[in-house]
Parts: sequence; C-alpha cells; structure tokens
Amino acid sequence: MDYFAQQLINGLVLGSIYGLIAIGYTMVYGIVGMINFAHGDIFMIGGFIALITFLILVSMGLTAVPLILLVVLLVSMAVTAVYGWAVELIAYRPLRQSFRLAPMLSAIGMSFVLSNFSQVTQGAQVKPIPPLITGGHTLHESAGFAVRLSNVQIVVVVTTVVLLAIFTWLVSRTRLGRDMRACEQDQTMAALLGVDVNRTISMTFVIGAALAAVAGIMYLLYYGLVDFYMGFVAGIKAFTAAVLGGIGSLPGAMLGGLAIGLIETFWSAYFSIEYKDVAAFSILIVVLIFMPTGLLGRPEVEKV
Amino acid sequence: MTAPSSQLPATHSSGIAFILKKAFISACVALILFSLMIGIRTLPNESGQLTYVTRFPQLAAMVAIVFGGSIVVELLRLWWGPVDTARVIPPSIQSALDFGGRLIAPALLIFALLVPVIFYQQRYILDLAILVLTYVMLGWGLNVVVGLAGLLDLGYVAFYAVGAYSYALLATNFGLGFWECLPLAGLLAACWGVMLGFPVLRLRGDYLAIVTLAFGEIIRLVIVNWQDLTGGPNGISGIPRPTFFGIPLVPGDNGFAAKLGIPFSPTHRIVFLFYLILALALLTNWVTIRLRRLPIGRAWEALREDEVACRALGINITTTKLSAFAIGAMFGGFAGAFFATRQGFISPESFTFQESALVLAIVVLGGMGSQLGVALSAFAMIGGFELFRGFDQYRMLVFGIAMVLLMVWRPRGLIGHRAPTVFLEHNRAIAADLVKEGRG
Repeated sequence: MDYFAQQLINGLVLGSIYGLIAIGYTMVYGIVGMINFAHGDIFMIGGFIALITFLILVSMGLTAVPLILLVVLLVSMAVTAVYGWAVELIAYRPLRQSFRLAPMLSAIGMSFVLSNFSQVTQGAQVKPIPPLITGGHTLHESAGFAVRLSNVQIVVVVTTVVLLAIFTWLVSRTRLGRDMRACEQDQTMAALLGVDVNRTISMTFVIGAALAAVAGIMYLLYYGLVDFYMGFVAGIKAFTAAVLGGIGSLPGAMLGGLAIGLIETFWSAYFSIEYKDVAAFSILIVVLIFMPTGLLGRPEVEKV
Repeated sequence: MTAPSSQLPATHSSGIAFILKKAFISACVALILFSLMIGIRTLPNESGQLTYVTRFPQLAAMVAIVFGGSIVVELLRLWWGPVDTARVIPPSIQSALDFGGRLIAPALLIFALLVPVIFYQQRYILDLAILVLTYVMLGWGLNVVVGLAGLLDLGYVAFYAVGAYSYALLATNFGLGFWECLPLAGLLAACWGVMLGFPVLRLRGDYLAIVTLAFGEIIRLVIVNWQDLTGGPNGISGIPRPTFFGIPLVPGDNGFAAKLGIPFSPTHRIVFLFYLILALALLTNWVTIRLRRLPIGRAWEALREDEVACRALGINITTTKLSAFAIGAMFGGFAGAFFATRQGFISPESFTFQESALVLAIVVLGGMGSQLGVALSAFAMIGGFELFRGFDQYRMLVFGIAMVLLMVWRPRGLIGHRAPTVFLEHNRAIAADLVKEGRG
C-alpha cells in the first residue's frame, strides 16, 4: 500500500509536467487544427533557457532560492514565448490556408530545427545542475518503507495548479480567452465580428510556449538535467496525453497528462521499466479503439 | 520574422524605410531569441560542474545575418510581386513543357539503367544512387498509403524495420537466403500493416497520425529492449550478402565472376545491388500504377476524396483501408530486407522517427500521388542531404530549415499536380488543391 502511495505521488508529479505540455498541443489544435510538432522542442528550449538563466544568476552570486526560481521562471517563460511566437510566424502562418499536411510537415521540420539548433549551440551532452530544492517530508512510515513527498514535488504540483487556475481564468473570463474560443468555433465569423484572428492565434502560441517553458523548468528541477533530445520524447508523450484526453479539450489535456504519467510510473514500478513507453502508447491505442475521440473529446459530426 | 506584408507601401522611398524597419524588428527578435542560446555556451568544468562561456561575436554575427537576410527577403518579395498573382504562361510554352514532362520519366529510366555503366569506377556515386533508389522505393510505398488512400502514416519506418529485422533474423538464425526471405519479409510487414490497420479503422486525421507514430515507436522500442532476439541497441551483424539467384558474388571458384570467366571485382556486388533495388523500386511503381486502374485503387482514391460518399456508394471501407496499409507496408518490408542485405548490419538507430519524417517529406514534396514527383523529390532530398555530409553537426539543422522553407515556398510539393487516373473526355491535370489529403 505504501509502495502504491509513493508511486501515485511520483506519477502525479510526472503527469503534471506532461499535462502542462499537453495543454499547448491541445490549444493549438483547437484553434488552428494542426499538430504543432515543434511544441516538444519548445519545451526543451524552455528547459535550456531556464538552465542558462540559472547559471548566470548563480555566477552573479545570487543564493536566495525563491528569488532565483522567480527570475528563472519569468525569463524562461518570456523568452520561450518569443520562440513560440516566432515559430508560428515563420513556419505556420504562411501555410494557414494550405492543406493540412503542409503545416504538419513544416512543424516536423521546425522540430528538427529547434532540437538541432540547441545541439549545435549548446552541445550534445546532458546538462546536469545541482538540486536547487532539497528536502522533503515523510508522510507515512511502516515496515522499513517510507512514503516521501519531496519539496520539489510539492513545488511542481503547486506551480501546476496555480498556473492552471490562471490559465482557466484567462480562457473563460478575459477578452483574449473569449477571442480564442470564438476563433476555435469559426475563424471567419470571429474575424467579421472584429476579432483579430492573427493576433489571437499568435497569443495562443505564446501562451502554449509559456506553459511549455514552465514544464521545462519543472523538468529541470525534478530531474536536475536537460539535453537537446528530451523535447522529442516528452513531446510525443504529451501529444499522446492530449489525444488520450480528447484533442481540443483543455481539461482533457490535463487528464490525459495525469493518465500518461500514472501509467508510466505504475508500469515501471510493477512491471518493467524498459517497456514503460510501450505501455503508454499501447494504452493510447486501446483507448482510441473504443473511444475514437479520446476521453473527453467531442465526437466530430460529419456533414456531407 | 517576415510577416505577410499586406500593407506594402506603393512608393519606393517609403519602401526602403519600411524594409529597414522590418529588418530592424527582425534583428531585435533574433537578439531576444539568440541572446541566451547562442550568446552563452554551457560547458562542464574540470570537476564536472556546469559553467558557461560567453560568445558575443557569434551572437552579433547571427543577429547581423538575420538583419541582412530580412532585407534580402523583403527585396525578393518586392521583386517577385504579390504571391497570389497567377503567373500566366503562354500556351505554346505550356505545351512544350508538357511535351518535355512526358519525356522526363522515360529519360530518367534510361539514365537509371545506365548509371552503373557510366559511373562504374565511382563507387561513391553508385552507393549514393543505391541510397536514393531505396528512398524512392520507400516513397513509392508510402505513397500508396498517404498519396492514394489518404491515410496519414507517421510510422512507416516500422515496416521498414520489420522487413529488415525479419530478413536479418531469418538469415542469421535459420540460414535462409535473400531470395527466400524477400517475400517473407514483405508478407510479415504486410501482416503488421494489417495489425496497425485494425485499430485505426475508425480514427480520423490527427488521431490516425498519433496512433501510427506511436506504432512506429512501439516497434522501435521493442527492438531496442528485446535483447535476446534482436540484440537490442547493438543490432545484428553478419547478415548474409545477396546472391545472384543462388550464385554468391564472391571471389573464388564458385563465385559469380569465376562462373562467367571474368576477373573478380568488388564492384560487381554494388552493381548487382543497384539493379536489385532498381528492379524492386520499378516493381513498386508498376504495381502501384496497375492497382490504380483496378477497382481497389479506384476505391483508395475515392476514400481519400470523401469517406462518407465512399460508404454511401457501398465501398467496403474496412478492406479498402486494410489493403492500403498492407500493400504500403509490404513495399516497406521489401525495402527493409534490401537495406539489411546491403548494410550487412542493422540496429534500431536506422529506424527512428526521423526516417519516417524524411519519407513522408519525400512524398509530400513529390506532390502526393505523383510517381515521378516522388522519385524526383527523393533524389533532391537525399542528394541535398548528402551534400552536407561534411558538416555532420549541421546536417539535420539544415535539413529542418530546408523542410520548413520548401513547405512555405511550395506547400503543394515540387510537382504540384498529377495526371488523373480516370477522366471524362478531357485529360485535365488535377491541381493538388482539389485533393483533401491526410484524412483517415
């Protein structure tokens, strides 16, 4: 039971990171109707920016951990958001009216560009940092096994929850959120009613990239390393999560993220760690056989 | 960083100010993007701790390149005029082009047949030609699934892997020869194609994309982790070389050269491999062209255009989709078996998502469904890729940039239209715009 509880905690933490990335996929899909393949690499860039900012701050002699975290969070979110914006402008906007494979291939190309860009500029080695947040709490201890909740895990989950609250408020209560939902339903009609469609789509990419940057920081804090290739694996997992939850549905993305995180953790804990990705992908396929639009996705009504 | 400029000023002088302003903004954005990623290089120091060095000259150079590049792009745009204006081609030139276009395919075929004769001494060119033809074959195989049936497959490399591993395992464990294994590899890959096909029967568009991607990854991960069977990341080595229908291409008394009474040369094997892959690729092409005239091929194309209408007309969607997956996969399996026998060594590293993306890019750039287009774009992509062999680190970066630029420049592919399979009275070219690709 204790072992189960421990894995549950680990799975939820991992799931929060996936969920944050998955929101970026599902948001872009909802509005533009394309798979932003480069989103995983945006997450990786976010991690790298956070790492570099962290190194600069430490070399400047800053030691207060909350202050470092705050600055890293702000810088990484801001710079990564610019990456998201630039990627949309260069690779996707010219193809918006095109047939649907074109932006997808352009996105795959952009994903290669971003991951190899960071390989060329920062090298192919894994970049480790010393743990920034240490310590934790023992929740329950019996028979030599302790259920531990580390402070990093608390930070990851709390940050995720706070960001999700802000994000939900943004989508449901603000002018921008209303514009986004309008564009999702009908871009032409939204444009006729005075919504700046280009700006709204840009903002969608900016918000998605900022959330991915947060996920990158959480990954850096939790695992203590980044490398140029991590965007691909995390990207497909998060995309799997978005599809599992029903692509286009925001709560679905978070739910799917948690589901993938839990599946992976439990599979590694009880079966084999090598096949954890196989398990995650297989469950995706099985779920889609029975629910072709994911857990919370709306069935697509086809009009002839 | 070059937003579509709907507000291009009319006069030239204000145009310069506009271009400079735009270039300046682009340079500022580039400064934000690159300041941390290029300006700072993270390095581990002697004790393994991460530190950094600054690289401001490179940063300045990149920002300057973006500034200059932005000006050049804007000038080109000004010179080229608005993108949407149709470029009117005089009918005489158009018909000459059409005539030339009809000659390209036979000319290319003759050239391909003559390649080993012309380049007999240049081993490098022969190897490159074999590589190009492998991708031509993969492109034609995937074309059945994506171009004809309109099913978006992001995991095509899985079938390539199944083909390669089935030949490698059958040959190293049971001593079967290449010619026995080739049909088996195709059959096994086709079975896997059907296995992939079943769960995705009801899926559409992007759900299909992720499931095929996941399928490709599952196959790769299983190959990596099932060490007892596949050797894991170390791969399988010592895969037998192909024989000339039973006669080995080796020096010695029972070798191919000795039987013909000519001196042995290692190039014989390369030439043989070249003609082998050429024959396999042409088989793929021939089967595809024939199938397009059969009811099943018509059903694929109908399925791509409109699934609902297809169903209403009584076409069996299940068999149509499954057969497309199976036949596409079969050709992937053939190509995989060829790959294994050519390399003599295979490992999971050859079957990553990048390969799938490369083959898909070949098909899309080739104009989705155009056989000639796929061949030309495979030639262009692999040849272009090869040019950057010396700059290994930058190879994928350049490939990615090229992919984005090509897509932005020619979203319909390099050859944007193809001849219709069936037509009524007039043979009008189908613009790719009419085709709704990628919908499951």
